[in-house]
Amino acid sequence: MTLLTAPPAAPAGPDATGIGTGTGADRADDLSGARVTGRRVLRSEWGKFWSLRSSRATLGIGALVLVVFGMIASSSFHPAAAGTGHLFGSASDGVGLALSGLTPTMLAIGVLGVLVSAGEYSTGMIRSTLAAVPKRLPVLWSKAAVYGVVAFAATTVAALVAFLLGGTALAGTSAALSLTAHGVLRCLVGAGLYLALAGVLGVGLGALLRSVAGGITALIGGMMILPGLVSLLPASVAGHITPYLPSNAADAVTTLHHTAGLLSPGAGLAVLAGWAALVLGGAAFRLTRTDV
Amino acid sequence: MIEVRELTKRYGDKTVVDRLDFTARPGAVTGFLGPNGAGKSTTMRMIIGLSSPTSGSVTVNGRRYVEHAAPLRQIGALLEARSVHPGRSAFDHLMAQAHTHGIPRRRVHEVIELAGLRDVAKKRVGAFSLGMGQRLGIAAALLGDPQVVMLDEPVNGLDPEGVLWVRNLLRTLADQGRTVLLSSHLMSETAQIADHLVVIGRGKLLADTTVDELVARAGGNGVRVLTSEPARLRDLLAGPGVAVTGSPGSEALHVTGADARRIGSTAADNGITLYELAPQNVSLEQAFMDLTRDAVEYQSAADTLRSIA
Repeated sequence: MTLLTAPPAAPAGPDATGIGTGTGADRADDLSGARVTGRRVLRSEWGKFWSLRSSRATLGIGALVLVVFGMIASSSFHPAAAGTGHLFGSASDGVGLALSGLTPTMLAIGVLGVLVSAGEYSTGMIRSTLAAVPKRLPVLWSKAAVYGVVAFAATTVAALVAFLLGGTALAGTSAALSLTAHGVLRCLVGAGLYLALAGVLGVGLGALLRSVAGGITALIGGMMILPGLVSLLPASVAGHITPYLPSNAADAVTTLHHTAGLLSPGAGLAVLAGWAALVLGGAAFRLTRTDV
Repeated sequence: MIEVRELTKRYGDKTVVDRLDFTARPGAVTGFLGPNGAGKSTTMRMIIGLSSPTSGSVTVNGRRYVEHAAPLRQIGALLEARSVHPGRSAFDHLMAQAHTHGIPRRRVHEVIELAGLRDVAKKRVGAFSLGMGQRLGIAAALLGDPQVVMLDEPVNGLDPEGVLWVRNLLRTLADQGRTVLLSSHLMSETAQIADHLVVIGRGKLLADTTVDELVARAGGNGVRVLTSEPARLRDLLAGPGVAVTGSPGSEALHVTGADARRIGSTAADNGITLYELAPQNVSLEQAFMDLTRDAVEYQSAADTLRSIA
């Protein structure tokens, strides 16, 4: 392009500049089909997610943590230590051991969710995004969908790998389980669903609060501090609330043996989805009502 | 075409844009001028729907921006505030924008070439200089080959070559029949490129005019004369369209409506000695400052000092 350094006297015909297709019939065809569709916004958000090194790294670390913690827990399993509350010794079955890294992975996936949405506000990218999609809501739905699917795929695979690798270490012990044993697959896929919903919750919190720090604080508060606060309530009250907290609903989805005070796996999943939908709804409300 | 009608934006009890009314027409570069804090950026954000007006309306090519099926085909905007994720490459940023409209990859390469970003297209935007960031913003604005191009302070951070490039680019765009709206707080820079001027201060429209009109309104051009016989010269110059002012006992006259050549000839023909004959051009900058004096948000210390002295 000589235009860039050309003196003012250079020929300034439309085609010499390459500025636009306004007068070039062949090139006008290129853009004649250009308009915003839901699928195209999804495609855009997909590209945005993968084009950031930080997304790829955080996703990879989240999945790796699940695998590594599961392997460590499985290989250091002693029947005697089961149920003692030690970091790697609290579970007594192959699924529980494989999912030992669930909480740190949830933090990584949830924080990445916050970054996916709030990161646009902290960098100013949101102005470009909403200039291209002024109807706004497709952006939020696409972010949640793309990230939810990506997080589900990555963490479900990680949970399966953690279980299978851990299983080799557990062979012959009381914790050994086969993948086809009742409830095993439900727990592992459930872990992926839980983590995906935690990610979507992060997207919602980031979009609702428009701040990375605020989103992460709310995420940690809701997932890890809230259960502690609720436990301070009188038992009669806490008993009614606790099962519906995200953390307890997650337990219902990802633990093999149903214990008292936990919802059924299906109900637990519904509660998790409800939390994510609630926050996403709040984010949608703010997105359509306020300036950026 | 951008049509701004009675546009008002209030934040709490502060009115940032106050019943603003103007039109940016196709085929012309409209300079959008005002001191810092005049409401230019807020107006531009309202044009592309990032902020919603408290009252009034703004349309792009006859419709509200949000109602367009392909917004990037209607108007391409460069905003003053950063609006790119620093972790993404220039190419990935433009491609993400292009994907929302189904704009082909070829067009992305085209605008990268056009903006002179080929060598840095794969670099993270965070590592860009201010000038390269502006070029990326302009590339993004042109991505959809839009009918309207709106640039907020586009030459900020550009080197002289870049400034010239922007100037030629905007001229070409307007000559192609597009609407170009260009904001700036620098009058001299804008006057070189704009066909039309919209001047605002404190959110209010101060002038909707051309460069020539603005100068004329600020007092036009005159000639300062120092002479041995001011009274006689005044009488000789007097005539329709000529105004001569001076104070009694002073050798100085200020003449408008007659140029220095005519004044000099008149003086010579009549044997009047001139000590000084100086055309006084009212600078654009001065005209602009006169217009916006009451509207600037922060008077500088220099102004304060001058008023004390």
